[in-house]
Amino acid sequence: MGAPLLLVENLKKYFEIRKGFLGKKVYLRAVDGVSLTLARGETIAIVGESGCGKTTLGKTILRLYEPTDGRIIFDGRDITHLKWKDLKWYRCETGLVQQDPFGALPPFMTVRRILEEPLIINGIKSKREREEKVYRALERVKLTPIEDFINKYPHMLSGGQQQRLVIARATILEPKMVVADEPVSMLDASVRIEILKLLQELQYKYNQSIIYITHDLSTTKYFSERIYIMYAAQIIESAGTSELLQNPMHPYTKALLNVIPDPDPNNRFIIKDVPAGEPPNLMSPPLGCRFHPRCPNFMKGVCDVKEPPTIEVTKDHYVMCWLYG
Amino acid sequence: MSGEHLSVRNLTMYYRTIKGEVKAVVNVSFSLFKGETVAIIGESGCGKSSLAKAIIRLMPRNVSVYRGIILFNGINLMDLNEEEFRRKIRWSKIAYVPQAALNSLNPVVKVGEQMIEPLILTYKMSKREALEKAAEALRRIGINESFIDRYPFELSGGMKQRIIIATALLINPELVILDEPTSSLDVLTQANIMNILKSIKGERGLSMIFITHDISLSSELADKVAVMYAGQIVEFNAAEKFYSDPKHPYSQKLMESVPTLRTDKKLGFIPGSPPSLLDPPKGCRFAERCPLAFSRCSEDPPTIYLNGDFYVKCWLYAKE
Ligand SMILES: Nc1ncnc2c1ncn2[C@@H]1O[C@H](COP(=O)(O)OP(=O)(O)OP(=O)(O)O)[C@@H](O)[C@H]1O
Ligand SMILES: Nc1ncnc2c1ncn2[C@@H]1O[C@H](COP(=O)(O)OP(=O)(O)OP(=O)(O)O)[C@@H](O)[C@H]1O
Ligand code: SF4
Ligand SMILES: [Mg+2]
Ligand SMILES: [Mg+2]
Repeated sequence: MGAPLLLVENLKKYFEIRKGFLGKKVYLRAVDGVSLTLARGETIAIVGESGCGKTTLGKTILRLYEPTDGRIIFDGRDITHLKWKDLKWYRCETGLVQQDPFGALPPFMTVRRILEEPLIINGIKSKREREEKVYRALERVKLTPIEDFINKYPHMLSGGQQQRLVIARATILEPKMVVADEPVSMLDASVRIEILKLLQELQYKYNQSIIYITHDLSTTKYFSERIYIMYAAQIIESAGTSELLQNPMHPYTKALLNVIPDPDPNNRFIIKDVPAGEPPNLMSPPLGCRFHPRCPNFMKGVCDVKEPPTIEVTKDHYVMCWLYG
Repeated sequence: MSGEHLSVRNLTMYYRTIKGEVKAVVNVSFSLFKGETVAIIGESGCGKSSLAKAIIRLMPRNVSVYRGIILFNGINLMDLNEEEFRRKIRWSKIAYVPQAALNSLNPVVKVGEQMIEPLILTYKMSKREALEKAAEALRRIGINESFIDRYPFELSGGMKQRIIIATALLINPELVILDEPTSSLDVLTQANIMNILKSIKGERGLSMIFITHDISLSSELADKVAVMYAGQIVEFNAAEKFYSDPKHPYSQKLMESVPTLRTDKKLGFIPGSPPSLLDPPKGCRFAERCPLAFSRCSEDPPTIYLNGDFYVKCWLYAKE
């Protein structure tokens, strides 16, 4: 296996929020002690509900945010607190496919211009070299025949084509690691699969490592090797994909898996168990386990007192829950 | 056919634009018995919301063509004038939860006030009577009636959506049209709302039209499924048949692209994109992307009845 490409240890990102005029500072804990590893050429999925901190985690790993605490080791180098000017190489080695692609593409630039931009910023002066890279990127994402696309503006492309352009831009410098933040959530079912297959191909063909951020567990089954389940800024369970889907252990993961439908006409006769309530406010998360107010297995005096440790219950299957502590 | 609660026949609606006519709903037909739910599924832009608006007759001003038959309890709604439709049908008999309704709640006006507005304006109810109705509707979907005094800005998306659904049910409609009622919500919240809809479905004979682009989710409610492609319904089928054995090649390809958690499958996708509704092909609208297309597909495919009112619009099923 060798050393992982990325190692994240106990990463924290707190946002400072001022309450009221001259009010006192409070912290919103968007990422609160996350650890993960990403091997070369591997795809991992970060799955969780809206607001649980997925985007913040992705952006902190990419050092678009300054980490509050913890460590990020990339390719053997500690980049946790590298200064902006020393981060240039890291920017070339990593790429971000942003959530909401429709807002991400500048409307008045042609496809060529959009793809040239990161090359110019990164000091590739030769026009021919840039053109070569633009062509190669378009080929990689299958926006072909290239002549049909290269002079178009974003609004002339379908949703799926726009998303392929976003991916082309994120991978034009051929980074080792790509963070794909909800890359398909705005797209139709069929286009979703088309784009996810494209990402998978980039992974296989170019040995790219991918962090796939999503709220959709069902696609992770087909497009990631390991799943991290995030709840209220923490990773509450992680395991290899088939292990996690077959033997979910955390009550939250179980609840998620239980409610996600497959197309089946019997669904309409079944009322499902759904944990009551909503995810907590990240400015004042509950004491103990953050899921305890909603948990069907809640143990009074245990779960609401002390934060559960993360335990390796079976090989490579980690759970943060007192049921296993 | 007798006994049908709703029977839509050849409903057609075009929009006028500077580029030409957008043929958003073309000869759409489907039907429902009392207490049944039909799911309308299809990709973005295929005309699902336009179909809903055509049925509830809340159409934008640039509609240029609007024709067909909408039999509701045996009466053709198309024969009613606007005043009659507003007085006798909309909200009282047929209610509507529009797409992205979440954003329609005024954040700083109390939930109760917003719920009862139509009751007071259209039904001239007293405020007390109206608030009583609102409380009852909230209880029906499992929300404590004290929420009447809350403000939407204090509520989560899921709670707001439940309140919008309660509002649609205020006057005990016989049919409710739900356009993507959970598409911006998290899975647990979504499951919660599906539970609520399942429990009120069929209760007091309530029929539903459930519009969604999410095929797995459609099976949470659907007794019948209508698949829309480029303005047309290409397959109308019973849920039992549809999810295991869809007939139209488009339905089949679409189903191939649905990831499943409980079974393993090989995922596929449909290359290309749907045709423009400004100038759709004369033949089968799916032909260009259809793996099974043959020469006849360049002509408009006939409606082939499967059994009863169910049909598929595809040349493959035409008997020679
Ligand atoms: N720049 C910021 N300043 C303050 N709070 C922030 C900032 N960015 C995010 N947050 C808060 O941090 C929490 C996590 O947000 P984040 O966007 O990471 O969640 P997410 O899991 O990506 O959600 P979604 O699925 O909706 O994209 C939220 O409560 C959000 O409001
Ligand atoms: N007022 C209008 N004027 C002109 N064209 C319109 C109008 N409203 C919708 N359209 C067009 O009609 C077609 C069908 O739109 P509609 O909103 O019914 O699709 P939909 O299936 O509901 O899509 P989605 O899943 O994205 O909600 C689209 O091409 C759309 O751009
Ligand atoms: S720690 Fe307790 S409350 Fe939290 S998930 Fe486990 S059993 Fe439930
Ligand atoms: Mg996000
Ligand atoms: Mg719509």
